[in-house]
Amino acid sequence: MRDLYTWGAIFAIVFASVVGDVLLSHAMKQVGDVGALRRRIGLARVIARTLSNPNFFFAVASMAAAFFSLLFALSWGDVSLVAPAAASLTFIANAVAAKIFLHERVDRRRWIAASLVAAGVALLAG
Amino acid sequence: MNFRKYLVLAGVTVFAVAGDSMLSHGMKQVGAISLHHLQSVFLAVANPWVALGILFLLGFFATYMTALSWADLTYVMPATALGYVLLALVARFVLHEHISPLRWLGIVLITAGVGFVAGGPALTEHPLGEAAKLAEKSRAAAVASGVEV
Repeated sequence: MRDLYTWGAIFAIVFASVVGDVLLSHAMKQVGDVGALRRRIGLARVIARTLSNPNFFFAVASMAAAFFSLLFALSWGDVSLVAPAAASLTFIANAVAAKIFLHERVDRRRWIAASLVAAGVALLAG
Repeated sequence: MNFRKYLVLAGVTVFAVAGDSMLSHGMKQVGAISLHHLQSVFLAVANPWVALGILFLLGFFATYMTALSWADLTYVMPATALGYVLLALVARFVLHEHISPLRWLGIVLITAGVGFVAGGPALTEHPLGEAAKLAEKSRAAAVASGVEV
């Protein structure tokens, strides 16, 4: 039963962080190249433009949800399971979500990279 | 991709590692927080390491957002994974901790994955349509805020 709770919380972490990352990426693409914008309209306006983007707020809310899911997961399961499982699953799920929702060209190069990184994180954090 | 942009990606990695390490160090000084006194977590901010860690994590978030403004999510993600490698190397060479062969393998895999991504394009060029729409939108926004484009 406890295992079920732990895995449920791990999936909640993965889901919330993927939603957060995808929304943040989308928001920043809407804002535009921050470096170029800063030179043109100044830092204060770039910040104002980012903060007034609704997707940015949903992204931060999702990341906060991911953080609290992590706290729950850690209270039910071992950190040596929760941290690597959540991190490596997030890498794979992010690649899938970026392809579907952000229409990024996730070619073979990036699939291989995401898989290698996910495997590496699982080994390193485990 | 130019030198400045690689610098931002390096910032993503370094800020995350430094922030997490400081936070971890500070929270160990603060001690375990009881579930019945969750509010004491706010007192933890008084610890200088925790405060500094939060400052570095804000730096991480700022550089992460900057990177996402000109690069794909699937391009920036592996850069954040390099943080795990950096952390392991700091553990090995600064803290003189033992690193098992399995962990070395993990380091090799992450490094290889990052190398794979870095060799490719940073941003997906969308065939007219979405990109044009986005450009138009940002131009309209710039005009609305009274900027010459």
